[in-house]
Amino acid sequence: MIGGSSFNADMSRGGGGLKRRNLAELLRLDLPLFTGLLLLSGLGLIVLYSASGEDMGQVKAQIIRLSLAFGVMLALAQVPPQAMCRWSPVLFGIAVILLIAVLITGHVGKGAQRWLNLGLFRFQPSEIMKIALPMMLAWFFSLRDLPPKLLSLSVAAVIMLVPVLLIAKQPDLGTALLVTSSGVFVLFLAGISWRLIIGLALAIAGGAPLAWSLLHDYQKQRVLTFIDPSSDPLGSGYHIIQSKIAIGSGGLYGKGWLNGTQSHLEFIPERHTDFIFSVFSEEFGLTGVVLLMCLYLFIIFRGLYIASAAQNSYNRLLAGSLSLAFFVYLFINTGMVSGLLPVVGVPLPLVSYGGTSVVTILAGFGILMSVHSHKKLLSI
Amino acid sequence: MSQPTTFKNYQRESRLFTSRIIASTVIVALMVLLLLGHMYRLQVLEHEKYRTDSRENRVKLRPLPPTRGLIYDRNGVLLADNRLTFSLEITPYQVKNLEETIARISKIVTISEKDRQRFNRLRRQYRRFDSVPIRINLSDEELARFAIESHLFQGVDINAFPVREYPLKELTSHVVGYVARISERDLMTLNESEYSGSTHIGKTGLEQSYEQVLHGKVGVQQVEVNAAGRPIRVLSRNPPQSGRNLYLNLDTRIQETAMAAFGEHNGSAVAIDLATGGILTMVSKPGFDPNLFVDGIAHDIYQALLKSPDKPLYDRAIKGQYPPGSTVKPFVAWAGLSSGVAQFSGRTYCRGYYTLAGQSHQYRCWKKSGHGSVDMGVAITQSCDVFFYDLAQRMGIERFGKFMSPFGFGQKTGVDLVGERSGVLPSPEWKRGAFGQVWYPGETVISGIGQGFFLVTPLQLATSAATMATGGIRKTPRLVAHTQLADDEKTRTPVPAETFQFKMSAGKGHDQIVDAMTMVVEGAGGTARRIASDAYRIAGKTGTAQVFTVKQGQRYDEDKVSKYMRDHALFIAFAPADKPRIAVGVIAENAGHGGSVAAPIAKEIMDAYLLWGNDDRW
Repeated sequence: MIGGSSFNADMSRGGGGLKRRNLAELLRLDLPLFTGLLLLSGLGLIVLYSASGEDMGQVKAQIIRLSLAFGVMLALAQVPPQAMCRWSPVLFGIAVILLIAVLITGHVGKGAQRWLNLGLFRFQPSEIMKIALPMMLAWFFSLRDLPPKLLSLSVAAVIMLVPVLLIAKQPDLGTALLVTSSGVFVLFLAGISWRLIIGLALAIAGGAPLAWSLLHDYQKQRVLTFIDPSSDPLGSGYHIIQSKIAIGSGGLYGKGWLNGTQSHLEFIPERHTDFIFSVFSEEFGLTGVVLLMCLYLFIIFRGLYIASAAQNSYNRLLAGSLSLAFFVYLFINTGMVSGLLPVVGVPLPLVSYGGTSVVTILAGFGILMSVHSHKKLLSI
Repeated sequence: MSQPTTFKNYQRESRLFTSRIIASTVIVALMVLLLLGHMYRLQVLEHEKYRTDSRENRVKLRPLPPTRGLIYDRNGVLLADNRLTFSLEITPYQVKNLEETIARISKIVTISEKDRQRFNRLRRQYRRFDSVPIRINLSDEELARFAIESHLFQGVDINAFPVREYPLKELTSHVVGYVARISERDLMTLNESEYSGSTHIGKTGLEQSYEQVLHGKVGVQQVEVNAAGRPIRVLSRNPPQSGRNLYLNLDTRIQETAMAAFGEHNGSAVAIDLATGGILTMVSKPGFDPNLFVDGIAHDIYQALLKSPDKPLYDRAIKGQYPPGSTVKPFVAWAGLSSGVAQFSGRTYCRGYYTLAGQSHQYRCWKKSGHGSVDMGVAITQSCDVFFYDLAQRMGIERFGKFMSPFGFGQKTGVDLVGERSGVLPSPEWKRGAFGQVWYPGETVISGIGQGFFLVTPLQLATSAATMATGGIRKTPRLVAHTQLADDEKTRTPVPAETFQFKMSAGKGHDQIVDAMTMVVEGAGGTARRIASDAYRIAGKTGTAQVFTVKQGQRYDEDKVSKYMRDHALFIAFAPADKPRIAVGVIAENAGHGGSVAAPIAKEIMDAYLLWGNDDRW
């Protein structure tokens, strides 16, 4: 019935019948967004080939992951937003349970309990939360008048705090921050007053010393190193110094593809994952960086446009917060490797090597496409 | 979905949402601009700094040590070689279980506790990708055994590097010397950049005195390294320049002959080629095995060498200072003639002792019964002490010094070795300087027979004999004839020798002195008659140097004096007497009389040089 109604909507919008419907519309893909994502992924593979030390095996593995992730995107694009809305609390509940399961039986990886081993594959429940939390909050606010009252804001804060604390306990500060931000974006888009926003910002600034005392040593070290990387040039500061050397030595036009000495001689740590932006900046220079940023901005602005064109608060809030979250990944990663932000383990979206984040991100865009392709023609 | 509230607030909500989307867009754009501004600072404004940093990261300069020059004797016999040795080295970071690997290696090649200790010590000093030697000096058999199983040992490699080797060991130990690892002390004086790739430096002998020539010039290569410091590729290369080879005047065969001729005695012998001033042989016995020092000598062995009463590490030829004894008599005779104090035919009466006017002290002649009335010729031939006591007394110490110094006494010869000593030609100034005491007349008397303060090195014995033989041509003695780069004849450079010449005209008695020296070997009363030869004529002079001073009124009894207190036997000679080609100086320590021990050693050396070349003994 839902499918039928949207079919009718499309019919009336197209006005010219089945003939005018192209393949993208048939697959419910937003062509501009899809093209942007495809370009970015392709560019990512080219950079990955260089960053992996010209290892075709890694490129192939990434192609497989990307294909899978695009498949997830395509599948989600077919799910009507109304269905997503209904299932949001359930998904959120499952994600919280999985986070608790990770804490209890969590597989130890990289010194922190983040992975859940399901026999066939391992995954991070915190990744699901990156989508489940905004879905949950969007569902919560879609049932209420906007801008939200203080009471519903308090409830929303509790909804946010549960998964964020669970993730922070793993401990995975980076993901906890990302999940928080995706929640905060829902609140922001839902229209909480600027006064409250400023008040919260001041409260956070005031609470920073308290937060500091709760941080783990390695997290404190990261912040200290961020403030002055040269204070520990052979330890944690080394990564940032070498990354900045890579970026800076790239200059205006870069050293050329496959010619980055900082990356190929292994001065850049984690060069094919978190620090892949340094490799890109070294080899393609500021010119490449500007073009890459344009591509990202195109995707983000397209996402924000889809959000603004969405027809109900659930769709708007979800589409908007997912687009902004995508920008946050980009900003944190590039800010981190260029020394603007402390080192937080956040991959460069769609470019860094690794499967989990790619699936999460493209799943988010699948939702955006679903929102955009299931619009009803309203005459209001 | 279609709740009434949604419819009620739709427009208001929509406006609010649109304003928030616009705010988001502005914030995103601003943050991207901030980011791009930061990138502009890094990639454009600070680009130069980071470009330099990036280059310094990856480009490292690595020194290329030069190959040390080799040392050959005059016939091309190798005296100092660079032998390729093989060591077994472990690169710790490529090995999973170090202990287990070492245990498995030790089943194939022996690994001692010392090897393990060295490995553990070096491991701490090296970087983790460096290979650390677990065994050095693998034998051929061990090398083969490991090679067969090498595929089972990841991170364990055989490494080859040159090690200095002295094939003739003791025979040329003092002449050639040795190299050893560069010490902290060496580092304070040497040019560190020149030695940046080198591990060894010449410590004694020619290895030390020709260090600059032998060492060569260090090369350098620019290497691209990765973050771990491991070299990836060579960017540029300025190759090292090998050191020059040394070609000596020394003849190993004569050296062997001389060394053997000493028998059980310690001592030193030097022979000089009169045509060039080249040193044909230079023996200091006992020698030592210089190979022990190359890679660090064991403490106990070094202590044993240091403490041995035979002093094997002491180069007697240039550092040993001995009273010349009667070997100075021909020179004193020439000084007497030259200064006009004596005539060759002038006679002196020897009654077995000499006294200074107004003093009771008796200066004894070796012949207790006395030689009777002797002229200068007989005095040289029979080594009459009284004649030369008297001659020195008549000359006085000032004239004695003036006419003796042209032979090189009391001065360094300038040989191409480090550490040569000058000996002592006694004089009142010298004594004041050395002891702060005045000169006594009796000290002039005993200087006439080469006793008292008079000291010479074995090398000086040879060079003074050479000066007498050539009638006044004193050349700087040279061990090295020429140097050249590897096999490149065009680069051959002779080592220059200075010549100090003074007039020793025949008319002033030079011929008579040489005749008298010939009679030492051939004459009826000659002190070295046992070495008389039919093949060529020898001019020589024996000497005996007292180590132990016999008190007035006592007799020296060889059997009662301990071995190290017995007299030294000396001999100088040149041959053929009429047209000399070789001059020799010999000191046999604690061997008694010069004629019986030292002269035969000189004879063997001269035979070797003058005769063996003509027959097939070589």
